[in-house]
Amino acid sequence: MDEKKQKGLIDRIPNAGWLFLSFLAAILLWYLLSINEKTGRSFPFVPSILKAVQTVVDRGILAEDFISSMISVVLGFAFGFVTAVPAAFLMAWYRPVQYIVEPWIQFIRNIPPLAYVPLVVISAGVGRKPQVIVIWLATFLIMTVTIYQGVRNVDETLIKAARVLGAKDKDLFVKVIFPATTPFILTAVRLGVSVALTTLIAAESTGATAGMGMRIRSFSNSFEVAPMLLYIILIGIIGITSEKIIKMLERRLTGWQEKREI
Amino acid sequence: MAGETRDIKLKIDHVEKIYEGRTGKMIALNGVDLDIMENEFICVVGPSGCGKSTLLNIIAGLLDATSGAVYLDGKKIDGTGTERGVVFQQYALFPWLTVLKNVMFGLKLKGMPDDEAKEIAMKYIKMVQLEDFVNSYPKELSGGMKQRVAIARAYAVQPEVLLMDEPFGALDAQTRTQLQAELVRTWQEEKKTCFFITHDVEEAIILANRVIVMSARPGRIKTIVDIDLPYPRTQDLKMEKQFLDLKAHIWGEVYKEYLEVRK
Ligand SMILES: Nc1ncnc2c1ncn2[C@@H]1O[C@H](COP(=O)(O)OP(=O)(O)O)[C@@H](O)[C@H]1O
Ligand SMILES: [Mg+2]
Repeated sequence: MDEKKQKGLIDRIPNAGWLFLSFLAAILLWYLLSINEKTGRSFPFVPSILKAVQTVVDRGILAEDFISSMISVVLGFAFGFVTAVPAAFLMAWYRPVQYIVEPWIQFIRNIPPLAYVPLVVISAGVGRKPQVIVIWLATFLIMTVTIYQGVRNVDETLIKAARVLGAKDKDLFVKVIFPATTPFILTAVRLGVSVALTTLIAAESTGATAGMGMRIRSFSNSFEVAPMLLYIILIGIIGITSEKIIKMLERRLTGWQEKREI
Repeated sequence: MAGETRDIKLKIDHVEKIYEGRTGKMIALNGVDLDIMENEFICVVGPSGCGKSTLLNIIAGLLDATSGAVYLDGKKIDGTGTERGVVFQQYALFPWLTVLKNVMFGLKLKGMPDDEAKEIAMKYIKMVQLEDFVNSYPKELSGGMKQRVAIARAYAVQPEVLLMDEPFGALDAQTRTQLQAELVRTWQEEKKTCFFITHDVEEAIILANRVIVMSARPGRIKTIVDIDLPYPRTQDLKMEKQFLDLKAHIWGEVYKEYLEVRK
């Protein structure tokens, strides 16, 4: 009886209400952290953050850092995507390619990009170039693996069905393999964007002149905690916004799927 | 020759299939000979693993025979062709296409303009009574409806031969009975040569002119049973002696082979 009533209450609060409560809880936790002597050093409360917004806008660095980071992310991701698609198809179609390439993709994929950034900088020099290269590499790896799975997963009876309806090799690719792979391509894009953002901070760790990641380190050096926390929150907002947009795209384009994978 | 083979639509001429895997050779078909007449409805029964699907795939051109050949109207087949349509057990609908687009798929591949393809597709969608679902996606359909779409899609390209691999195997008994009746009706409306695999002996007797019983590994034709019952064969028929005798006879043949497999 009691449980029933509780369940009724849980269901009666709309999603927006829960979101609001969740937000309140976070603010409360943040407040508690900010008044504690130790954690308060890392978590200045909302008024300090608002002041920090003022500061970074006045200094003109917020826009500069944001644009710089986004250029690196977009370029790195774009290169990653246009190279991952053919690589994934080559791996799926020519088994020798898969046998030779895949172990190394898996190997490198498990190395945190932060580890090899200095190596890239040595060859590529400082500035944007190493950032783009590192993001390219990281997104290429994750997207190749994901799209490759998709091509391998294409239901063989669909290919047979298309063949007996008169499909030639070219038709098979355009009308069966490509649409069947679309959900995996979109998943790859979502994972790729997420990896691009997480890699960005590592990519900007050496020799960057602007960017969200570079600025966080420079704030850290000058003990400017509030702007640092502000930037961290902003990175989170960018991440979740892009994920939401891509998920919406996924629903739009692959609503025909029986079940949706994560 | 023309006089002699006039009525033979499909000639299966000593077809042999050997799969070569890592564990060695597997003889799936060991010399299958069968003449299928124009507009004949053939049902194939046999224990699972006896090579029924292998034979169907060879006729469809999706697999090559190791030796022997299949002739369609006296011409040796080589690869797939739209004069041979296939309906698969797992429906094999394109999940990203609506019912209408699925049925139009083969017509578009022929290069037919959209409106003409749509008109023909609609005709066959009506034939399987799915006109209320033209814009639905496969995921929105029940198993029976999916298989109806698959049948409409196969019919739409107007094949001369329809190959069906346990098309109703995944459906519940009631839907299956209904689709059997529909299939006979469409077959009578638009005559085709049908090659239908099933593991359901009753289904075979309801549908077929001749029932082919295949033997266990290596697959061969064991017996051919003529079903001289008039169409449409209703459910009441299942109580009649003639039907029950046929069922007992065919079931007995299949069961012997089933025991063979168990050994
Ligand atoms: N691609 C394949 N490679 C190796 N063996 C196969 C392959 N396809 C089928 N077989 C084997 O050939 C035999 C006949 O298979 P199949 O034609 O599917 O039988 P059925 O449809 O009568 O159940 C089975 O023993 C099966 O394991
Ligand atoms: Mg089979």
